This record gives sequence, C-alpha cells and structure tokens, in this order.
Amino acid sequence: MTEDNRFFDLGKTGLTRRTALKGLAAGAGLMAAPGFVRYSQAQSSAPIKIGFQAHRTGIGAAYGRWYEKTTNAAVKLINDAGGINGRPIEIIVEDDGTDPKRGAEVVGKFASQHKTDIVFGTLFSHVVVGSAPTAGELKIPYYVVSEGYHVASGKLNRWVFQPGITDVRAQVTSVAPWIAANIGKKVTMIYPDYAFGYDHRDYFAPAIKAQGGDVIAQIPIPPTESSFTKYLPQIPADTEVLYHVMVGPGVLTFVKELGEFYGSNKPQLFGFIDSLEAVDINSPGLEFLDGSHFWEGSPRYAQANDSEAQKAYRAAVGIDDNGASVGDAKDVSTAAHMFGCWETLYVIKKAMEDSGYKGPEDRAKLVEATEALTEFKEGPEHPQGDKIFNGKIHQVFGHQNISKVEGGKLKVVHRTSIEDGMYEPEADYTTQPL
Amino acid sequence: MNWEGPTAKVYALHVAVVALLVGLNFALPEYHHGVLARVLVLAVFAMGYNVLFGYAGLLSLGHAMFFAAGLYGAGLPLYHLGWGVPAAFGAGIAAGFVASLIIGLLALRTSGVAFMIVTMMFAQVFYLTTLYFGEWTRGDEGLVLQQQARQVTLGAQTLDLTSPATRYLLAVALFAIVLLASVALVRSRHGRVLVAIRENEERTRMLGYDTFANKLAAVVTSGVICAAAGAAYALLFGYVGSTFASVQYSILPLLWVLLGGAATTLGPLIGTLFMYYVIDIASGYTSAYMLVVGAVLILLVLFFRKGVLGTVRERWVGWLP
Amino acid sequence: MAFFPHLLLATLEGLVTSAVLALTALGLSLVFGVMRIVNVAHGEFFMLGAVLAWAITITLTGHPALGFAVALVLSPLIVGGIAWIAERLVLRRLEYNPEATIVATIGLLYIIQQLALTFYGPEARPVAPPFSYRIQLPWFGYSGYKLSIIAASALLLLATWFVLTRTRIGLVMRATQYDRETALAFGIPVGRVYGAVFALGAMLAAVAAVLIVPIQQAHYLMGLDPLLLSFIVVIIGGLGSLRGTVVAALLIGVSDGIISVFFSPTLAKIIATLVVALVLVFRPQGLFGTATK
Repeated sequence: MTEDNRFFDLGKTGLTRRTALKGLAAGAGLMAAPGFVRYSQAQSSAPIKIGFQAHRTGIGAAYGRWYEKTTNAAVKLINDAGGINGRPIEIIVEDDGTDPKRGAEVVGKFASQHKTDIVFGTLFSHVVVGSAPTAGELKIPYYVVSEGYHVASGKLNRWVFQPGITDVRAQVTSVAPWIAANIGKKVTMIYPDYAFGYDHRDYFAPAIKAQGGDVIAQIPIPPTESSFTKYLPQIPADTEVLYHVMVGPGVLTFVKELGEFYGSNKPQLFGFIDSLEAVDINSPGLEFLDGSHFWEGSPRYAQANDSEAQKAYRAAVGIDDNGASVGDAKDVSTAAHMFGCWETLYVIKKAMEDSGYKGPEDRAKLVEATEALTEFKEGPEHPQGDKIFNGKIHQVFGHQNISKVEGGKLKVVHRTSIEDGMYEPEADYTTQPL
Repeated sequence: MNWEGPTAKVYALHVAVVALLVGLNFALPEYHHGVLARVLVLAVFAMGYNVLFGYAGLLSLGHAMFFAAGLYGAGLPLYHLGWGVPAAFGAGIAAGFVASLIIGLLALRTSGVAFMIVTMMFAQVFYLTTLYFGEWTRGDEGLVLQQQARQVTLGAQTLDLTSPATRYLLAVALFAIVLLASVALVRSRHGRVLVAIRENEERTRMLGYDTFANKLAAVVTSGVICAAAGAAYALLFGYVGSTFASVQYSILPLLWVLLGGAATTLGPLIGTLFMYYVIDIASGYTSAYMLVVGAVLILLVLFFRKGVLGTVRERWVGWLP
Repeated sequence: MAFFPHLLLATLEGLVTSAVLALTALGLSLVFGVMRIVNVAHGEFFMLGAVLAWAITITLTGHPALGFAVALVLSPLIVGGIAWIAERLVLRRLEYNPEATIVATIGLLYIIQQLALTFYGPEARPVAPPFSYRIQLPWFGYSGYKLSIIAASALLLLATWFVLTRTRIGLVMRATQYDRETALAFGIPVGRVYGAVFALGAMLAAVAAVLIVPIQQAHYLMGLDPLLLSFIVVIIGGLGSLRGTVVAALLIGVSDGIISVFFSPTLAKIIATLVVALVLVFRPQGLFGTATK
C-alpha cells in the first residue's frame, strides 16, 4: 500500500493516493480519511472517481503541491456533507511530470485503467493542450484549472472545461482600465516567450489602447534564460508602467535585477502574481516591489472585508492570514490560483447533480449539464466571488483583484467587475458532436 | 559479430515479433493497448537513433530536432493549410530529410564528443526557433490537431486515426516497416561499413571506403526514421508542441537504446517499453518514483552493461542481430 | 539607454556568466579529460551545491556573510563526498565504460533530483548575499556582489591551476590523464585518482553554485542549463585544457551578453548558440585542444 509515502511527502494529506493497484479494493484508500462514511458495494453508492492530473514533479511542482492540498480540502468537505448524489468522491492522483506527453498518457490511464468518471485539475497550459486530444477521443470530461486562453479560444474540444478560474484574456482585459487610470498609459511589457506570454501580449495591448494608452515596447524572454539584466536596457526611458509577468524559478532573479538596475528611480510596476506564487513577498531582494501592484485571482493575504466563505475556505485549506501554511509560515501557498480547484469541484458537483450522473455512460449528459450552467453565486462553494459561465466557450468569468504591496503584505486596492473582463466569444463548442 | 549468421532464424524472429504485435491488438486490455501504440511510435524514434548511435557509433544529443522536424513538418501544414494526412506525413518526412542532410553536412566535420555537442547546439537552435515563431507554432503550449482532420479517405473507406484499433495497427505497420528495413540495413554492405567505421574509422578509410558519405547516409537515414516517428506521433495523437524539441527528448532515445541494447534491432523497442513501464508502475507506489527509476537504471546497467539485448547476445544468443 | 552604456552592461553580465561557467565547466573538464566519461549528473552536483547553501544559511543565524562563508566551504565538501561515494559504488564497477556510464549518471540525475524535490521542495528559494552593495553608474545601477563573483571565480581558477600544475596531486592527475596504462605501471593508484577527480569535479560545480545562488535561487531543476553550457565550454575549449576552458567560457558568456544588445531576446539566444556551434564546426578540435577523440 502507499501509506508510507508520508516520508516522501510532496504535500498531500492522507486522503489522496492511487487505489488502483491490482487487487486492491477501490474503497480501501478512502477509509484512511478521518470522519469518512464507508459506503456499501451497490453501484449507486460506490464512489465517484475523479482522476486528478497533478504536477508533482517537473517545473509545475510548486503549484501542484497546493493544488493537491486545496483539492483534498474541498473533497473532504463535499464528502462530509454527503458527497455527490449521495456518493462520495474518490480522488485518484497521477503525476504528469508537467509534461504534455506524459499528460496525455495519464489521461488515457485515468479513462481506461483507473476508469475514473472524469479528469480534473491540470494547471500548465502545454499539459492541458497536450492532453486535450486524448480526453476528446476517449470522451472523458476534462476540467482544467489552468487560466490559459486555450479553452475559450475554441482550439480544444467539447470535452474540455475551465469553470473554476478565469482565463488570461479576461484578466488582462479587466485590469487595463485600472492601469491606464491610476498608474500610467505608456506601458512596456516583459513576458516569457511562450504561449502564456503570448496571451498577455495579444490581449493586453488592444485593451490598453482602448483606454487611450499604448504599449511602447514588448520584451519576450526565452524560457532558457536565468538572468535578465542584459535585457533591461531595452526598456524605453519614457516607460510609465513596467508590466511584468514571468513564471518559473527565475522570477526572483528578475525582480532583484530590476531593483539593482533601477534603484529608487523606477517606473510604476504592474505584475501578475504568477511570478511570485509560492514565494514569500518578504524574501531578500524583493524589497524593490514595495509600493508596486499585482493582479491576484484570489488574494493571498487575508483582507479586512473577507467574507465568511473566504474565511472558511482559508481555514479548510489550512492557510493563515499571510497565505502561508498554518503549520509553517515559510511555506507560502499559490493562493491566487488554487481556489480554482475548490470552485471547479463544486461546479462538477453541481453539473453531476443536475444531470443525475450515474456513471461513465452519462458522461455526455454531464458535458451538456456543464454547458447549461450560467452563473455561480459567491458563497462557501465559490469563496472567490460570483462567476458567470459561458457554456459555448466552456469558460468562466469572474472578478479580478488588484493588490498593492504595502508593509510586506498584499492589500487589495481594486476589485474589477465581471463585465470588465468579458469579451466577444470566438467559438462555440456546443456545435461539436458528442 | 556473426554476419554469416542464420538468416532464416533472424527473419523468422522479426516476423514473429511483428505477428505478436498484430495479435496483441486483439488481446490487450484497453489501457495497455493504448500504451503500446504510443510506445511503438517512440520505439521507431529510438530505432532511428540506433542506426546512427548503435551501428555507426556516432553519439548525437540532437535527435529531438529530427523527431520535432517530423512533428512540425506534418502538424503545421495540416493545421494551417488543411493538408490531408498522407501529404502531411510526407511533409514530415521531407522536413526530417532536409534537416538531417543539413545537420549531417555541418556536424560531420566533427567527431566524437564534439559531434555530440554540435548536434546538441543545433537542436537547441531548433527548439528556440519553434518558440520564436510562436505565432504559428504556439510555442510550448502547442497545437491540437482536431479529430476530423486526422482521417484518411481511401475510396469508399475512411480510416480514422483516432480510433484505437486503427491507430494501433498503423503504429505496428510503421514499426514493422522500420524494423525490417533496419534488419536489412544492418545486414547490407552499407550497414557493415558503418560498423567498420564505428570500430575503426581510419582503417575503413584506408580500405578505400568513403567514410564521410557512409556517415552522412547514416545521419540522413536516422533523421528520416526519427522524423517519420515524429510525424506519426503528431497525426496519431493529435498534438504538436515545442516540448518534443527540447533536450530531454534528445536524451531519451539515447537512454532507450542503451537500455535495450545498442546495435541490436529489437533493443530500442525493449528499452522504450521498459522505461515506460518502470515509470508507470513505480509512480503507482510512491510519488517519489524518480528515485526508483534512477535506482533501476543503475542496477540494470550494473548487471546488463550492454543493455538487455546486448548482454543477452553477448552471453547467450550470439546470432541476434 | 544609449549604446555604449548598454554594451557595458551586457559585457558585465557576460563576464559574470563566464565566471560561473568557467568554474562549473572546469569541473566537468577534469572528469571528462582524466576519466574519459560523460557525466550527465554534473548539473545535479551544481544544483545540490546551491540547495545545500540554502540549507546551511537558513540554519545559521547571524550576519548573512557568516552563513555564506560556511556554505562556501561546507557545501562543496558534502557534494564532493556524495560524488566520491557514487564513483566508488557505481562508476568503478562499470570500469568507466563510456556508454554504461551515461545510463548510470542519468540514473544518478534522477535520484538526486528526486531527493532534492522530496527534502527541499519544488519552490525556488533565495539565499541572502554576504553583502549587498549597489554600485550606481551614471546610466544604471549594478550589483557589487555580482562583480565580486568575477574576482572570487578568478581566485578559485588560479588555485585550481596551481594544484594541477605545481603539486604532486596535479602531477598524478595529469599523468593519469595522459596515459592510464603507464601511470598504473608506475604505481599510481589510478582507481583512487579517479575517485578524487570525480569528487573534485563535483566540488567545483558546487562552489560555482554557492557563488551564484545569492543572485539566482536554489531550485531543484536548476542543473540542466549549467550542464549543457559546461559541455559546450569543455568541447570548445579543448579537452583537458584549463586555459581553453576559461577562454571558451569567456567567449560564450560575453558573446551571449553582447549579442543580446542587438536582437530581441529569443533571437539573440538563437544566434549566440548558432555562432558557437559554427565555431566548433569549423574548428572541430576546439580552440586550444589537439584533435578530440
């Protein structure tokens, strides 16, 4: 059995583990979870199996760890409250190594080996895009928590949904008016030279133009780069706002080097917190960020006006007021994104209940039921806030937060409306055959 | 090496392997059926690598470039220009041919470790190029080739590359063609010259062979086979992305070949299969499975220094090709 | 920014890259030159050096310089010890068969990476620099610590050069590199020399990593880039040539910096890589080596 891997703890709690080892009763792993009601053999009360495609290794591992924690917390709550249609959820985790090839293999493994009902939880967009064809061919619903524009673009297929987190296009569109009105109109963008960066490049420039601003330079950085200073002189001197979004382990270097380069005489900074997820904002070298602004999906630091739902969510996941693990103040979460796992699971629950989902034979019904959803109300199931779902492009829309770094904390200074991020849909998945 | 070995036995073995693979189409459980289709395509990649590394003795760290040339060569025209599957597959192979010819002409000016490094750097250039032209390739995120585009109409018959059985049998067909071609190659005059170059290039040249031309032919053969694997991967599995051009995918075929046995015709398949299942099974027991994989690699190489089939041939079955 | 300040900045950056690269590559060059094996795990020794530096500085309280100084000594020693054990337990048993060694060191790479992920974690973690002094030039600011890396690296390279050319240890190493059979016949314990060389190579990588970690961060996947770059430097410089290694590191680091002035970042990387590849194509023996084999 796999109980002993607490030694190799990569951030999971007692609940998740692979239970498909040959000859093992499917329910065995669940009994380890505290407060769990054992359901009997009848098909109607057998667990609903959700395959969790997790980044346990590879470049996405820092995110993957917190995605697992959030998922486990939500599953525990759902199960304690009676599960879905009276059936408990069983999470089966497979590591995709943050690799698109392995990602597709893992989706195949979920569908045909573990026989899970659905697949869920992927973050990195190349893994999503790499896995999507397999999900479509095997006709298994695939709920991702990735924030890429890939789902909404219509380039994937009818089996892929992103109902728990907004996409980059909506994010950049909704922050542009605030940037133009508050910190400056001449913007230089620094972003990674891959698809995540392209989404920023392609949708921020028109959005800021619509506000009378302009992108005066774009500096895409190749992912093989680990030092950035030599590119900083390419930032035009009349830049008012430096818009930065980087991912991967090099981001701390990036900020430090900006600090050394500019000193106190710096332009306004607007960044995406993706750069600093799982990184302590008070790390040495990050003093430079003081006073700058960040986009956050869900705020990392507890805010004065947090809703009860938000407080309950943070307690359930186990993060403190600084967004770090309750047990270890140095262990900073990926709070701006991981709420998406929580909310996606509740969307799945809703869609399964709406469609009267019984088993894999109902997967097509589940897809249609998900497409029929239109809005989610703020509350325990959606602690980040209200959402509007567009069933044609399988994408959810929501509020965005703009936070300022003040006294070593991120304080929300503006919350966008849902409409700020809406755009004309470019696709319609519902016309594809099931 | 036993070149006068029993030809009948050799061909019987390979035909039996292919027959077994075809038979497995009807016997394998769904999951392993899908896995084997994928592994067969990747094994073709490894077989292409083996031609150059195993037989000609040239260690390249740039073969991801050839695989990716096939991947993009097939994927981009299908995605952007709406080409059909056969034309796209042909384009993938053509891309591999051109890439390997250019790289061969340049890199073969070097030998030994310098060859390894030069191929690695060219592959890195190729990888960065797939990012640079992100407008068409979508960089690391890549492109999905839609299901309806991955169908071939042959008269009244429609071949759906996304149906598991069709995909599996096409993978077996590609594998069989490349396997039999490589058996024929290693038993041909050209194949023997390659081995002679591997063993002693100076002497081979003095015997009057054009070693450069033979090596160049090996690079191109190897590149074309790898590109065929890449093109097949794009068309059969519907995804094209720059990850496949990264250096990891240059190291993997080397690893697969070394595990299965360099300069054995069936070694690449065994190495690829072995590596897949070591990861798949180990990750079922622990999330720290790379530890297990690493330990298995070290133990394997301690006891099977020449890879599985290489050691089997050395100790027990001398006639294995 | 005006052209010349930009060029100056790019050159400084190139020099810092070169300094770290030269140390890392020298480690690989020793192993490559003396033992004739391709050590794929070299980058993981680099990573281990950085991760241990983080662990050491986080354990020691007090002024950052103290923790850093301890890390600079302790981290390479631990990494060298691990490398020595790996050499004795695995590589020796493989009799340094080049192909088997590749597989074994790939295995080692997986093991070290997984252990780092398990015990250190997936996050990138910073190490405080021993001192932080920002030099304000008329056009831009620059990190004083970065400049000190260049000096530290030069000192370490000189020390290594001294050991290799002026001491008995160095003599024994060079003898083994020159002709293994004869060295054996003259009573040189070749096995032990190999163990020491492998450990020393790993220590050089670790020391380079400790120097770089205050300006980058420790991360469990940070080993790949130094590995690839080191390979390139070693081959361009010519096998076993210390001078060549240093010149090649300078060539690669500085050209990478300068080319970045003229092109967009990704294109600059493409061109810089291509230029270095073509140097090798038209000078296959490397800059200072005799024919490589």
